[in-house]
Amino acid sequence: MDAATLFGLAAAALVGLGTYGVIVNPQPLRKILAFNVVGSGVFVLFGAIARRGAVLGYDRDPVPQALLITGIVVAFAATALAVNLLLRLHEEAGSATLASDEPSSGKAAAERDER
Amino acid sequence: MTSSPGGLLLVMAVMVPFVGVLAGFALGGRKAQHVAMVTIIAGFCIALAIASESIRSGATISYLLGGWAPPLGIALRADGLAVVMMLAIAVVIVGIGVYARSGFATPPGVRESRAALTFWTLLLAIWGALNLVFVSGDLFTLYVALELLTFAAVPLVSLDGRAETLRAALRYLLYALLGSILYLLGAVLVYGAYGTLDMALLAERVRADPATLTAAALMTAGLLAKTALVPLHLWLPPAHAGAPPAASAVLSGLVVKGSWFLIVRLWFDVLPGVVTAPAAQLLAGLGAAAILLGNVVALRQQRLKLLVAYSTLAQIGYLFLMFPLAFDAGAAALERGTALAGGTLQAISHAMAKAAMFMAAGLIYKALGHDRIAGFAGVGRALPLTVLTFALAGLALMGLPPSGAFVAKKLLLDAAAASGQWWWDLVMQAGGLLTASYVVLVLAQALTPAAAPVRPQEPVSRVAEIAAFALALCSLLLGFVTATVPALSDVLASALKPSELVAVLVLASGGVLLAVALADRLPTWCDGAGVRALRRTTVAPALAFARLDGALRRWPVAGFSLLAVAIALGVAMIAGR
Repeated sequence: MDAATLFGLAAAALVGLGTYGVIVNPQPLRKILAFNVVGSGVFVLFGAIARRGAVLGYDRDPVPQALLITGIVVAFAATALAVNLLLRLHEEAGSATLASDEPSSGKAAAERDER
Repeated sequence: MTSSPGGLLLVMAVMVPFVGVLAGFALGGRKAQHVAMVTIIAGFCIALAIASESIRSGATISYLLGGWAPPLGIALRADGLAVVMMLAIAVVIVGIGVYARSGFATPPGVRESRAALTFWTLLLAIWGALNLVFVSGDLFTLYVALELLTFAAVPLVSLDGRAETLRAALRYLLYALLGSILYLLGAVLVYGAYGTLDMALLAERVRADPATLTAAALMTAGLLAKTALVPLHLWLPPAHAGAPPAASAVLSGLVVKGSWFLIVRLWFDVLPGVVTAPAAQLLAGLGAAAILLGNVVALRQQRLKLLVAYSTLAQIGYLFLMFPLAFDAGAAALERGTALAGGTLQAISHAMAKAAMFMAAGLIYKALGHDRIAGFAGVGRALPLTVLTFALAGLALMGLPPSGAFVAKKLLLDAAAASGQWWWDLVMQAGGLLTASYVVLVLAQALTPAAAPVRPQEPVSRVAEIAAFALALCSLLLGFVTATVPALSDVLASALKPSELVAVLVLASGGVLLAVALADRLPTWCDGAGVRALRRTTVAPALAFARLDGALRRWPVAGFSLLAVAIALGVAMIAGR
């Protein structure tokens, strides 16, 4: 097994773990962290692809690194925005859960109709 | 390869709105609104210039950034599809800009208000990001454009800063991020397989190997999450219903079209031979589910803004019906043809009609101080123009002639008949009926005379009313614009046949029947033994839909749905070859 394959497998593990976290973990902050784990997985995969030189026949491919930097900046901006929204939500609501309690959601409407 | 004449216009279409964003932030306060107005006029002129250049040359306009050709450089390209979308978006932005002048004016005596500054700068940012989505020629630039679009759209949801809307914004952001990271993962896999992300180069090199199929499934599923196609819609209703009306119009009319457009680009331009018939049927199947679920749940809503938000859910479903209709079984590939023209026209028509509908809903909310549909008696007399706007936008959504949606529906029906896929014909007709039902329901409530005349709590801006009306009219008269295209000129003429008149009557009466059967609450005068007997049997299925929607919108369910859709798409692409 060469280094690129090893990194590729590590990337797959990160993406899998992160996706599990985003979907299953109910806490928004942990969702945000899990999203960053998925992001890291994708970036590691891109790095492995750069190392492999892909189909271009180069020894190493520099283009993915340039794209990676952009990707990291975008993921950072996304995290900053999400954390700020979360802080504001905590300030306004006193808690930070995503469970919606809108009165006219399907479930509430169904319960009212049954009465 | 070099840039084509007029290529610089594409750069300006993207840059001018962002220059407006920066200038708005730098100058701040009241000036941000003036900057936005100037930018909107400039951007509209640029869109017109691009359209006229496209008509003049009859070819794709392209621009190579810095003169570097792909795969090393980045190309901007605008084909007919992109030009049409840019022009339509520009029209809607102008309408929203005029409408929002009263709602988001900085109040007198205040140097700067947060909501106004945020709205005007983000409106421009969304415009710039959408233009970038339309003209980008490579998958990574598209990723950045999509993220820009999301980052600009999310704060619009929580402009009023209430906990409920902040929660909706956070749900939207997190789910959209999950979608975009799946898209990026797919793009990375594509780069690994082909060493380029340029769409024109990819279209030549692409083959149906496992890496490409995985990438296609991941990218499509990620984009579907951002478009909120059922069952990936957990974020849409609270986000679109909670935002201020002008912002809802932007989110519902424009933002969801960005990721939808990208799916169209991918499937038609990059992967036409890689996607398979079962995968296209799956997309349209989800679309049919969206039409049914969105429309029925819309009928169950008590608040107008939620009703309109759920109707957006259904309209998103319409946008996916064209995929199997565009699939050419002989060539085993997606073909650009009448189905794509119909789908695009549907998107444009919906952008205008839905923006107008949210604007009208906002004006009603402002006048009454609430938007409970059951309390609408007398609105028709107090705000005749706004109720008329709602009605016209509703007619346009239903697809009555001469609306753009009518021509779109005709084109899609022709494509369905030509390829023998009668079941999509049924879905489209049922969708029209369901749309008619909630429009009728709202109008019946609004036109019920009130015991005492309704006095608007706040004066409603006449300019805002006219802006909403104009957009609704644009959508309704779009059919005449399409009649100027030689290939489409006879579609509208078919509206004059007697059979069409019968179809309209069936649509209206069927809509009334469905509204009576399924609605959450009927106007007080619409009561009787027959109505009650009917509703006793029909209310259970309607409730089941509402429950299903509630279950699908729970976070873990929606998360696993996303994975399931990705896997199903992958399977459909492998099994279908």
